[in-house]
Amino acid sequence: MTTGTLRLRKGSSILSENGSLIGLVVLLVALTLLSGDFLTVTNLLNVGVQAAVTAILAFGQTFVIITSGIDLSVGAVAALSAVVLAWTATSHGMAWPLATGFALIVGIACGLVNGALITYGKLPPFIATLAMQGIARGLGLVISQGSPIALPDSVSHVGDTIGGYLPVPAIVMLLMGVITAVVLNRTYAGRAMYAIGGNEEAARLSGIKVTRQKLITYALAGGFAAVAGIVLAGRLASAQPQAALGYELDAIAAVVIGGASLSGGKGKALGTFVGALILAVLRNGLNLLSVSAFWQQVVIGIVIALAVLLDTLRRRQAS
Amino acid sequence: MTEEILRVRGLRKRFPGVVALDGVDFDLRPGEVHVLLGENGAGKSTLIKMLSGAYHPDEGTIFMDGRETAIRTAEDAQRHGIATIYQEFNLVPQLTVAENLMLGRPPRRFGFVDKKAMYRHAQELLDRVGVDADPRAPLASLGIARMQMVEIAKALGLDARVLIMDEPTAVLTTSEVQRLFTIVRQLKEQGVAIVFITHHLEEIAQIGDRVTVLRDGASVAEVPADTPEEELVRLMVGRSIDQQYPRERSTQGAPLLEVRGLTRKGVFEDVSFEVRAGEVVGLAGLVGAGRTEVVRAIFGADPYDSGEVLVDGLPLPRGKVTAALEAGLGLVPEDRKGQGLVLGANIRENLGLVTMRRATHGGFVDRAGQAKAAAEVAEQLGVRMSGLGQEVRTLSGGNQQKIVIGKWLLAEANVLILDEPTRGIDVGAKVEIYQLINSLTAAGRAVLMISSDLPEVLGMSDRVLVMARGRLAGELSAAEATQDSVMALAVGELEETA
Repeated sequence: MTTGTLRLRKGSSILSENGSLIGLVVLLVALTLLSGDFLTVTNLLNVGVQAAVTAILAFGQTFVIITSGIDLSVGAVAALSAVVLAWTATSHGMAWPLATGFALIVGIACGLVNGALITYGKLPPFIATLAMQGIARGLGLVISQGSPIALPDSVSHVGDTIGGYLPVPAIVMLLMGVITAVVLNRTYAGRAMYAIGGNEEAARLSGIKVTRQKLITYALAGGFAAVAGIVLAGRLASAQPQAALGYELDAIAAVVIGGASLSGGKGKALGTFVGALILAVLRNGLNLLSVSAFWQQVVIGIVIALAVLLDTLRRRQAS
Repeated sequence: MTEEILRVRGLRKRFPGVVALDGVDFDLRPGEVHVLLGENGAGKSTLIKMLSGAYHPDEGTIFMDGRETAIRTAEDAQRHGIATIYQEFNLVPQLTVAENLMLGRPPRRFGFVDKKAMYRHAQELLDRVGVDADPRAPLASLGIARMQMVEIAKALGLDARVLIMDEPTAVLTTSEVQRLFTIVRQLKEQGVAIVFITHHLEEIAQIGDRVTVLRDGASVAEVPADTPEEELVRLMVGRSIDQQYPRERSTQGAPLLEVRGLTRKGVFEDVSFEVRAGEVVGLAGLVGAGRTEVVRAIFGADPYDSGEVLVDGLPLPRGKVTAALEAGLGLVPEDRKGQGLVLGANIRENLGLVTMRRATHGGFVDRAGQAKAAAEVAEQLGVRMSGLGQEVRTLSGGNQQKIVIGKWLLAEANVLILDEPTRGIDVGAKVEIYQLINSLTAAGRAVLMISSDLPEVLGMSDRVLVMARGRLAGELSAAEATQDSVMALAVGELEETA
């Protein structure tokens, strides 16, 4: 084979693997042309903040989807973790690092319960995490007695900026993204996720402890949900039991737009990041263009369908 | 001479990077069985996919009944009376036999499915292929052999004049193959033209009329079916393979694997044997005799009720793959694609699957080390690939099997359990796998090989164990083992208890 065709193939594979990136660029260019307010530092940082919660949830969801599972509980777990953070920090006067740690543990515990129901209980992930969605949402309401709990100042810094400029949520998002990429590419847990999602039986017969790895996967998703919840609470300066309602679907959409396959074995941190940005940029742009919130939902639905449709077409052509 | 029903001239097909077909001529007369022979990757699949409308030729023409024809879709193929039976059946296990036979076109009355007519028609079709199955039974309750008969009956229901059968005998036992052949002969008499693909050379003279040999995407010869096997092999690989079973016996050492009284109620009972260092033990028997179940239990993939497994004299805990693996066992499963490989992952990932744990330090996988090891073993195994990054899905069967074996070589498994290691693999790759077995035993490792291919069991084993109905029916030394003695044991017990 000549180097020419090799290079060509490499080039086209970068394009085909990052189809969503092209979509994002097109979107950015279009919005820049349509709205003078779009391409400003303030607005772009704003988009970063808006994308943060969805992106962090989506990173956690990426692990699960790669193992060919799904986690419908991440939105509710985020809300529960936020409530736990505010509750321990206010009514129990816990120091904020401790309270944050506690909120994280609650998220991870929810994930572990998901994992246990799926592995030991043999429940389909859809059902197990749907149950957890109800449980976590309900527990949040019980603890908060249904009303928002204001965060003490020490904690609400999470929603602030560093030096009045860099928004903390966006920084946390980038950090979680890097962690996701490292876990997926470099760690045993991450590589096992791909193997399990690609062929669970082959993975098992190759000595991968599928039960343990799935527990780790759902625990990670729960932990990421807790981080998302903390960031969200910081932004709102309060923990709201009804926050992050339906965010799990945005997270799944971001993962899928990013090129992951719901049948497992495929998915990347960068793809998910781009997917989450596309959703955030789209919402932001539609707001700037004063498109009604009702129509925004229609547009976002169409974009999700288009993204996956294009992806399927591209794969069919490739094979 | 009868008028040709199908004629193919100068078919060419390129895929990005490879030429899949490079000039194929082929023709088919009504009432004949025309065997397509070739190594994996020779172009058989591409050719039949063109005849069934899945691919379109870049060049060349297809004539049906003497008229130039384009087969663009599966519907086109159906309209021309071409039906294809793939190795992976196009059936729905959850539906009944009758529903499968009339999938997508059930008889209707006033817009509702006319069940009475459906069952009646289904029964007629089943009778035509002479298979004993209840049209009302769920398809999943049938064994694989009868499922295949249902697939054939379904093709007849579509008034197929050309029936393409892709390795129909690969999953059948000897007696089932004979039944299939009876049906094929009946179809011949009814004037159906049959394209028959098989890797079993001995079947060709039994069932075929003519043979077209494909090599590297081109048709290289058309010969009568009674051509000697050596000649067919020579045509297929372009050179002669002197020794089909190049077993080199090595000195035997201490027992590496000992199985004592292994029992799982209703599946297998009181199975005891040992495999020594440097030894190849063949595990023969009919499909369903419990061979796969036993080796899976040994490997910890499935549970067992009583008995014990020792590796190197040390007992293995029950049902723990990781323990078996650490003790030095390796399993190359029967279902390569379903259990052996992560098809969507690349060669490097698949080769490193078992060793990944060992290559992990502080949670991080040493990916550079893994890649290096994978490159070495791929080289040693002679895997034909574009690179380690190639998806294993796109490899030929033989190369895929090398990857499955390769991951156990990397893990340095001392006892390798091979379950049907050469099923669906071409002759050239088979010999390579046999040579690999030789080098393993020469290095003092032990091999336990399940195979339904009797010549292979006889050719490669130092000792043959025969299972029947979940029990060990007997053990034969290499000298005692013949087709007849093995079959007598495999079938004997069956008749006794029946």
